[in-house]
Amino acid sequence: MAAEAVAGKRSVGHRLAGLFQGRPRLQVGTLLAGPVGWLVVGYLGSLAVLLVTAFWSVDALSGEVIQGFGLENFEALFEEPVYRDIVGRTVGVAALVTLTDAILAFPIAFYMAKVASRRGTAILVVAILLPLWSSYLVKVLAWRTMLSNDGIVNWALEPFGLHGPGYGIVAVWLVMSYLWLPYMILPIYAGLERIPNSLISASEDLGAHPLTTFRRVILPLSFPAVVAGSIFTFSLTLGDYITPRLVSNDQFIGNVIFNNITNNQPFAAALAIVPIVVMIAYLLVARKLGAFEHV
Amino acid sequence: MRLSKRATWLLRTGVGLGLAFIYVPLIVVGIYAFNASGTTQKWPPSGLTFEWFPKAIENEAARDAFLTSIKAGLAATAIAIVLGTLAALAVARHRFFGRETISFLVVLPIALPGIVTGVAISNTFTQVLGVSLGLFAVVVGHATFCIVVVYNNVVARLRRTSASFEEASADLGAHTWQTFRFVTLPTMRTALGAGALLAFALSFDEIIVTTFTIGAGAETLPIWIFRNLFRPTQLPIVNVVALLVVLLSIIPVYLAHRLSREEGGAAAGKGGRATEAEATAVP
Repeated sequence: MAAEAVAGKRSVGHRLAGLFQGRPRLQVGTLLAGPVGWLVVGYLGSLAVLLVTAFWSVDALSGEVIQGFGLENFEALFEEPVYRDIVGRTVGVAALVTLTDAILAFPIAFYMAKVASRRGTAILVVAILLPLWSSYLVKVLAWRTMLSNDGIVNWALEPFGLHGPGYGIVAVWLVMSYLWLPYMILPIYAGLERIPNSLISASEDLGAHPLTTFRRVILPLSFPAVVAGSIFTFSLTLGDYITPRLVSNDQFIGNVIFNNITNNQPFAAALAIVPIVVMIAYLLVARKLGAFEHV
Repeated sequence: MRLSKRATWLLRTGVGLGLAFIYVPLIVVGIYAFNASGTTQKWPPSGLTFEWFPKAIENEAARDAFLTSIKAGLAATAIAIVLGTLAALAVARHRFFGRETISFLVVLPIALPGIVTGVAISNTFTQVLGVSLGLFAVVVGHATFCIVVVYNNVVARLRRTSASFEEASADLGAHTWQTFRFVTLPTMRTALGAGALLAFALSFDEIIVTTFTIGAGAETLPIWIFRNLFRPTQLPIVNVVALLVVLLSIIPVYLAHRLSREEGGAAAGKGGRATEAEATAVP
């Protein structure tokens, strides 16, 4: 009896599997139904909702959402100098953080890819990977403590008669550069790793100065990897509202979205369109520069 | 590359400083968890103590938040494992129209700022679906950006292993399911494990999407930290919880790295390691 049941079960499994045999289209369709359904219907769908709600508005008296097309949110966004400043500040800091990280990351990545022993490289990869994935909030909290008046930064600088930046826009720049540094190191490392050593040797054998080799061979070949890393540093800065909240009083796009999400969702949605537009433009440029082979 | 002694020395110093820059803040947080001066956060601490650890463990809100984080992480990881593996199998083992688009679609939730995902899901739930925010919305949000982690790890592994094993299995008469169960799954097992661990770490640590999807009631651990760090009386406990969060997110990442190196890494040599590093690099 039991054996029969098992046999029956198996034959159903077999029959089901047989259905897929030699039908690649059906296989692909079945494989993709779940993930594509989730990402297209769920994710892209909610992005579409975001786009639509950005044109809705909120009744000033009742506070209720009015589901009708209107441009008020975008008018406010473009015409009020406050929001222009906020967008400018956010994009500016994102660019600065990206530049800082590229400069800090390159030597580390270069050492990992071309100078260190295999063992050294392996250890460095782990050392960089671990903090990349862990405890974003805790890291910001750490800097909040470190940059406070009684914190370790001022304590360390005091003997030299110096004072740390305290809380403010400089602190935001510093903390964000810190947070996203590993995201820049790893793509550059992977990009440098792909440059054949023979190219570098050839340049050296032809008498190029190490700096010339760097400028004419290594930098052009690894630039797409730098752009790949910059996608993360740029995008993560654009959307962060925790860091500005914890180490400054400055408003970034994320803070305004956060402040509006409960009382004026349509305006929050309109604001969220800004980082999307900036990132799409950025991704298009990055693709032109060949960064996508490195992501 | 041939570098002068001075250049090598300069590079070493740079790497050392870079590593110090990365690790000093984490160490400082660790020390503050033992801060004897309690609510004052002056550096250096006046002394070290263990007294905050039992207090943190006894804190009911923090404990609830911890459990909520685990629940959200497990649920999001489970969804990400299924969807990420399916997408990886389709992309790595089949040719079809729009294959490139799948990779792009999977990466999009992390290529766009988290706040966008958060607001989009929040608006869809409250304005269109009429579902209130809470743990369910958090899981949906987390799963969405965790898919890429599983996908990247599995796809990298599948690309390195030839499809001819699966063809051989089919030629020997195994049906689709048997081939998957006995050939494909063992090949990608460690990559899948690594992806799952990373997905869990990512979810456990996430705060931006979570803020917009969790609503007023529940709290995950990062949300609990965020809501309490402005209260000076809670700071000692916040510091202890912060240290626990660091440890709990570093351990899965380390294990994931070990897993993805175990196979492939040794055999594929330096190039293989780079691909593997890349797979884990994309967050």
